[in-house]
Amino acid sequence: MELVLFYLRKLFTVVKNEVLVLPSRVVVVLFFLFLLLLPVFTKDPYLLRIFILTSIYAILAASWDLLSGFTGQMNFGHALFFGVGAYGAALLNLRANIPPWGSIPLGALCAVLSGLIIGIPCLRLRGTYLALTTLAFPIVLMGLVFAFPNLTGGELGISGIARLTQSRVTDYYTVTVLMLGLCTIMWKITDSDTGIIFHAIREDEVAVRAAGVNTTRYKLLAFSLSGFFAGISGGLYAHFMRIAGPSTLEVSMSFTVVIWAIFGGIVTIYGPIGAVFVLFPLLEFLRVVQNYRTLIFAVVVLLILLYMPEGLFHWLRDKIEKECPRCKIRNIATRHTCRVCTAPLER
Amino acid sequence: MGLIADIVIGGLINGSTFALLAIGFSLIFGVARIVNFAHTAFYMLAAYCIYVASQKMGLHPVWGMLAAIVLVTFLGMLSYKALINPIREHEGAVLIATIALAMIFQEIMSLIFTGTFLSVPALIGGYFKLLGVKIFYQQLLTFCAALFILVVLWVFLMRTNTGLAIRSTAQDREVANLMGINEAQVAMITMGLSVGLAGFTGAIIVPLTILEPQMWTPPLIMMMAVVVLGGLGSLKGSFIGAYILGFAEALVVFLAPMGAYLKSPVALCIMILVLLIRPEGLFGVSFEEER
Repeated sequence: MELVLFYLRKLFTVVKNEVLVLPSRVVVVLFFLFLLLLPVFTKDPYLLRIFILTSIYAILAASWDLLSGFTGQMNFGHALFFGVGAYGAALLNLRANIPPWGSIPLGALCAVLSGLIIGIPCLRLRGTYLALTTLAFPIVLMGLVFAFPNLTGGELGISGIARLTQSRVTDYYTVTVLMLGLCTIMWKITDSDTGIIFHAIREDEVAVRAAGVNTTRYKLLAFSLSGFFAGISGGLYAHFMRIAGPSTLEVSMSFTVVIWAIFGGIVTIYGPIGAVFVLFPLLEFLRVVQNYRTLIFAVVVLLILLYMPEGLFHWLRDKIEKECPRCKIRNIATRHTCRVCTAPLER
Repeated sequence: MGLIADIVIGGLINGSTFALLAIGFSLIFGVARIVNFAHTAFYMLAAYCIYVASQKMGLHPVWGMLAAIVLVTFLGMLSYKALINPIREHEGAVLIATIALAMIFQEIMSLIFTGTFLSVPALIGGYFKLLGVKIFYQQLLTFCAALFILVVLWVFLMRTNTGLAIRSTAQDREVANLMGINEAQVAMITMGLSVGLAGFTGAIIVPLTILEPQMWTPPLIMMMAVVVLGGLGSLKGSFIGAYILGFAEALVVFLAPMGAYLKSPVALCIMILVLLIRPEGLFGVSFEEER
């Protein structure tokens, strides 16, 4: 009993001193609560479907950020991981009768393998070369998909895959909890020592190598981690939509991932997730004006980038919080002195 | 015999188109470090301009072509000034801005012309026979026009002061600036030149292809493959790479079963193989000091 009370008190202190002091943390907590409590208020299948797809794409966008944002290895072929994950899960499910809880991780492992395969030629490339080369891989795979229609279903894709779970609400909880968990893991990875090396590789690879770090190994690690998370999102997509088609490998898919991530602000993990939660429902909502949908989407992206080239969430965060010049701790924008070291904050 | 001729003609025409597109793309990348994903969208716009001028307004196609090139160049410079220049420091934002721009063009075109397939008749009808093979005058015209513009471009870049300014800015922006070259102005001129080339390509290729709002993506992929294969920023590389991939595409289309599906994968595999051996492309200079 005392132990429970102790932990409750500790929780209370943490919430009071660590969460409530910063608006961005409050927003994150509210976001978690909103996602977890949504089906209590509405069971509208269409709304839940939008949120399920949004969560799946949020994993994908965050995994792009893990690779391209953090290590700076601009990947314009992220659809490869998504597609391999989706096709892998679909084939394993249909041909080997593996249920979703097995086929999705195995599909993700296929995506890791593809990440390693493309990582090896790509390690020697840098910057724009890398971006333009990675763009090629999903297209090559799509050619193979069309060339072997017996195995892959060609243009129609693979259909008749098992459901993720039996009902829409359980689907929702599976995907949402997975999304929140995986994104927290990604955020933790980027916050760890490995994450610091990823940062350093982006800033100056030669210096990192000079410091005795095997950058090749870390870059391959980034490729496989990102491939794993993107593969899981592909597998979830295949099992939720019950189809794995060539649309998962399209160039526009790769572009969309990059648009989401950069729109939200790279090197944050939360930026891409937030961007998907803004842009994907927006795109769904715009179905009211079907013909102008993509046009409005593109104009919104263009205009927001023109005013916030760092990304929407970077900009928002800078508006509501400021960094202490002495101890680098973030404070709410209304404070005049730092909450930890009481140094005056500049206006 | 007929098959070989078809492959040669197809390869030469593909190659010239890719060369024109890739050189334009390479120029603006070299000078302003902008990866312009909207490059082929301008090519699409030019093609539609000609369709409107010749089919809807009843003008002679040549006037349509001139109007298209001027209009597209102007539009390119305008969008550079208004949308890309303000965020040029943010590499990622520029990438997304150009993709968004291309999407906007595509959507506007599909709103106006509804995704139906359109076509424009050949400038000069008819064909002649060479060694028993039909060669359409339009194919010959397209090829000659492309070669002519490539030569003009070469002379412009190598022999004029503006060309020198463009080449030196591409080589080292800061030093060029110190030597008194107005870097912003050069970037603007290059953008106009690059988009103008895309517009010209659209203008000469339009009678040989089908117009639809999505027509900008396949050449975009091939153009990028050409640029990477030849080496970024190398004009000679883009030129040779364009013909290599142009012929590869023609070979696959005419020889392989399901060639239409496999043409870009094969071209891209060639690109990947070359990159495995030479990471900086065929004629690229490695940017070892640039980090």
